[in-house]
Amino acid sequence: MIDYANLFIKSIFIENMIFAYFLGMCSYLAMSKTIKTSVGLGFAVIFVLTITVPLNFLIDKYLLQAGALSWVGPKYAELNLDFLSFIMFIAVIASMVQLVEMIVEKFSPALYAALGIFLPLIAVNCAILGGSLFMQIKYFSGITESAIYGFSSGIGWLLAIVAIAAIREKIAYSNVPAPLKGLGITFIICGLMAFGFMSFMGIKI
Amino acid sequence: MSNTNRTLLSDPMDDNNPITVQVLGICSALAITVQLKAALVMSISVMAVMAASNVIISMLRDLIPNRIRIIVQLVVVASLVALVDQVLRAYAYDISKELSIFIGLIITNCIVMGRLEAFALGNGVWRSFLDGIGNAVGYGFILILVAFFRELLGSGNLLGYQVIPDFVYEMGYENNGLMLLSPMALITVGIIIWIQRSRNRKLIEN
Repeated sequence: MIDYANLFIKSIFIENMIFAYFLGMCSYLAMSKTIKTSVGLGFAVIFVLTITVPLNFLIDKYLLQAGALSWVGPKYAELNLDFLSFIMFIAVIASMVQLVEMIVEKFSPALYAALGIFLPLIAVNCAILGGSLFMQIKYFSGITESAIYGFSSGIGWLLAIVAIAAIREKIAYSNVPAPLKGLGITFIICGLMAFGFMSFMGIKI
Repeated sequence: MSNTNRTLLSDPMDDNNPITVQVLGICSALAITVQLKAALVMSISVMAVMAASNVIISMLRDLIPNRIRIIVQLVVVASLVALVDQVLRAYAYDISKELSIFIGLIITNCIVMGRLEAFALGNGVWRSFLDGIGNAVGYGFILILVAFFRELLGSGNLLGYQVIPDFVYEMGYENNGLMLLSPMALITVGIIIWIQRSRNRKLIEN
């Protein structure tokens, strides 16, 4: 249980998707102009990461890894389908996003109205594929662990995008040098925030 | 080569740079710029994937149904990236270990998808090929620029060879370890944008 708590804290703060690995930077920069849209996108990322990371974990464990197919029969035990992982992962992500979009539209129109426009964007968000690829190299032991990893990485991403959106809303009123306006200053603020997040690095839990 | 084709190649270098103007492909640009060598390999990989995927999608553009185009594009790009990954693992294993997941992340690199959506779906094969090469060069240019400064100031090396002579260190010069940390990548790109927009004032945002 304590391991799960550690993984949770670690994925949110120490290995933050944005500040430690720069995953999902493009939508992070493009959608962080107002807090409202950034919250919507953040929740959509949490949602999709929590579903796709454990799903890809199962695919990796029972289909792709070296020896993963041994449950089919002894003949297949030697196969290593590792090279297919990119295609498999992205196909799972793209189809899950489509599926989630349809389910949400059918059962919760209110949630669809809030998340709807962000869902298609998410299929090509590096943070989602990055979550699955990190899961692959981290060798998680079980599906719970990978689900917690997906969920908490999503929370870290949400925190980061809401924080920068809040700063960007305020910075509109300050006197920034003209060539630095917009994108330039956002990069620099983001760098300074990343320094802040680095203070979590030394924490051993 | 006609004039319009030439602008396809030259535009992404400055006026329409994928990183500093179109804001595409930031993730990988920042994460792998600690060393020049990794940045070079990444630029070449992206160039190969972009040129090939632009050509393939441009050839298929009349056959792809509009509703499922994203999935078709992703599959094409993912197969090309898997190919690049296997080649790197075979011939440059150390680098491929160092780039770890970022080779895989070329799939969701927004430059590739962005150019497919914005250009290859509506233009001919040769023009799409040029567009792919042009944007990949523009992307690689920024990548190499950032990596150059980070490696030079952060560890005093270029491509792994020491370039700052020993007597400079004896005079009291120290490497700036800060440049090796991830946040400095963001700040370096911020400064590049600043310099570019002071030169090229029509890019300034209101």
